[in-house]
Amino acid sequence: MTALNTSGVPRKRRPRGVRTSAIAWIFLAPFAIVFLTYTAIPALAAIGFSLTDLQGRDLRNPFNVDFVAIDNYVRLFADARFIRDIGNTLLFVVVGVPLTMALGFALAVSLNSGIRRLRGVFRTIFFAPVVTNIVAIALIWQYAFNSDGTVNNVLANFGFAGPNWLDDTNTAMPVVILLGIWRNFGTAMLLFLAGLQAVPEDVQEAASLDGAGWWSRMWHITLPLLLPTILLISVLLTVFYLQVFDEPYLLTDGGPLGSTESIALYTYNQFGFGNYGISSAASVVTLVLVAVVSVVQFRLLRPRT
Amino acid sequence: MTATIDRMTDAAAGTHTAAGPRPRRVPVVLLYIGLALIAIVTLLPFFWVISGSLRSLDEIRADPGAWLPTAPTLDNFARLFSKENFAGYLFNSVAVAVMVVLGNIVAAAAAGYALGKLHFAGKKIAFAAVMASLMVPFTAVFVPQFVVTVNLGLIDTLAGIALPSLALPISIFIMRQYASSIPDELLEAARMDGAGEFRLFFTIFLPLSGPAVATVTIMSFLNSWNNFIWPLIVAQSNSTYTLPVGLAATSQASANVTDYGLVLAGAIVVMLPVLVLFLFLQRYFVQGIAASGLK
Repeated sequence: MTALNTSGVPRKRRPRGVRTSAIAWIFLAPFAIVFLTYTAIPALAAIGFSLTDLQGRDLRNPFNVDFVAIDNYVRLFADARFIRDIGNTLLFVVVGVPLTMALGFALAVSLNSGIRRLRGVFRTIFFAPVVTNIVAIALIWQYAFNSDGTVNNVLANFGFAGPNWLDDTNTAMPVVILLGIWRNFGTAMLLFLAGLQAVPEDVQEAASLDGAGWWSRMWHITLPLLLPTILLISVLLTVFYLQVFDEPYLLTDGGPLGSTESIALYTYNQFGFGNYGISSAASVVTLVLVAVVSVVQFRLLRPRT
Repeated sequence: MTATIDRMTDAAAGTHTAAGPRPRRVPVVLLYIGLALIAIVTLLPFFWVISGSLRSLDEIRADPGAWLPTAPTLDNFARLFSKENFAGYLFNSVAVAVMVVLGNIVAAAAAGYALGKLHFAGKKIAFAAVMASLMVPFTAVFVPQFVVTVNLGLIDTLAGIALPSLALPISIFIMRQYASSIPDELLEAARMDGAGEFRLFFTIFLPLSGPAVATVTIMSFLNSWNNFIWPLIVAQSNSTYTLPVGLAATSQASANVTDYGLVLAGAIVVMLPVLVLFLFLQRYFVQGIAASGLK
């Protein structure tokens, strides 16, 4: 993250500071307008809305609503559905993040040092799911995981009778998480590859000459040097899975019996019912979770980097 | 497992020392087999979508789980455009993508130049805003975004779908990183000759920015083409649906008869443009994704 610092010529050496400022802000205006209208003000407004009884009918005049303090939050945390959805979302994170990272890491290491031929071909294949449209892919997964779909057809060849995957409370969540992993391991692989390429080769070779084996070099040299990359990927994936919406919405619509409903899907459903106050409160919970997770992960890993 | 690989490595090293610097042959073969297996699993959904889209409804009903079409037909694609409104969805997706791509090029080139090459009051705050907005979850802001869009009178319009994506933080970030890498001397010389910042921007910075503009184009196109939840919220009638929303609606409408051939053909129409672009312009996709996480 070192390139983030705004290095350059010190400002005091610039006689045209004031004029440049005006011009610079003209350059920034398009971004600034979109950012204020669709990110900064909405983020603050979400907090404001969550303290009101905003309904669908108030949309054209959102200031004409009653202040209800923390009522929405009280109702939110008294709602067994919301508590269950927090659990579902955390399950996504706890299972999805490590598996996505492990697969991405294994592939990155294999492509970086294990093999010489077909590297580009494999990289292209593993990255293809990242750019693929999720609606299209989710429909294929529905087709494949149907009770008489292709997956059960394969299982039947081996003598197993597969379940109706997406209609079974035991199997729906694993399939939804699997789609999340299928869609994200390419990103993890790519970021790990970039990180691995920054590990200096001469250090590896020196250790190798000193008799360090593959596992020892991985543990004592590569992994410590990769810590910033590991941290970054874990934060990115955690933030992604905390707001997971597309996969459960498209595969199961939160079912069966709410077993795959995420916080984001709850937020969307409350929005659909016109309960904008509650929906905003749920979205603020997401905002807080994302902020807490980011801070905790940075804190946990920083002392060792 | 690890111990096994280590032992194999040692054994291979022992037998191959005389042969030269390729001592890890056995694990490498295993690696290729492993990678090939994962590649096949990764590609299976793509295979299923092609195979399914070429099968007639009767054929799918008779044997839903079959791998290959017995009598391949393009009838599903014909029905998409004659009976379903996929021509309209395609037009909407293209129109939104054009707006988003143009908006991002303009906004990101300008903001990237200012953040990477100018020194001004509030620069740190502006850059912090870019970085922070990379982390703001969409689910945390879509209700107020919807309120804004309603009050602008843009619900159920293509402009309403495009607006929030016109200046994506990732585009600004890519452009800013690129601008920083352009040597100051190039601009200083022109400044000495009395050229203003706008002239520098148009005559020096923009002509040099081809690769960054390409990456921004790809990333913003990908974002727009694959965006689902926001168009789902804003588009409220069939005539403003983008392809993903139209595809989801088609699949829900056919839920009772499960017209999978039609739905999978629709999936191909949605996926194909990006996959073809990806195959040709892979480098820029990779740069964009890497830039979103690194540096």
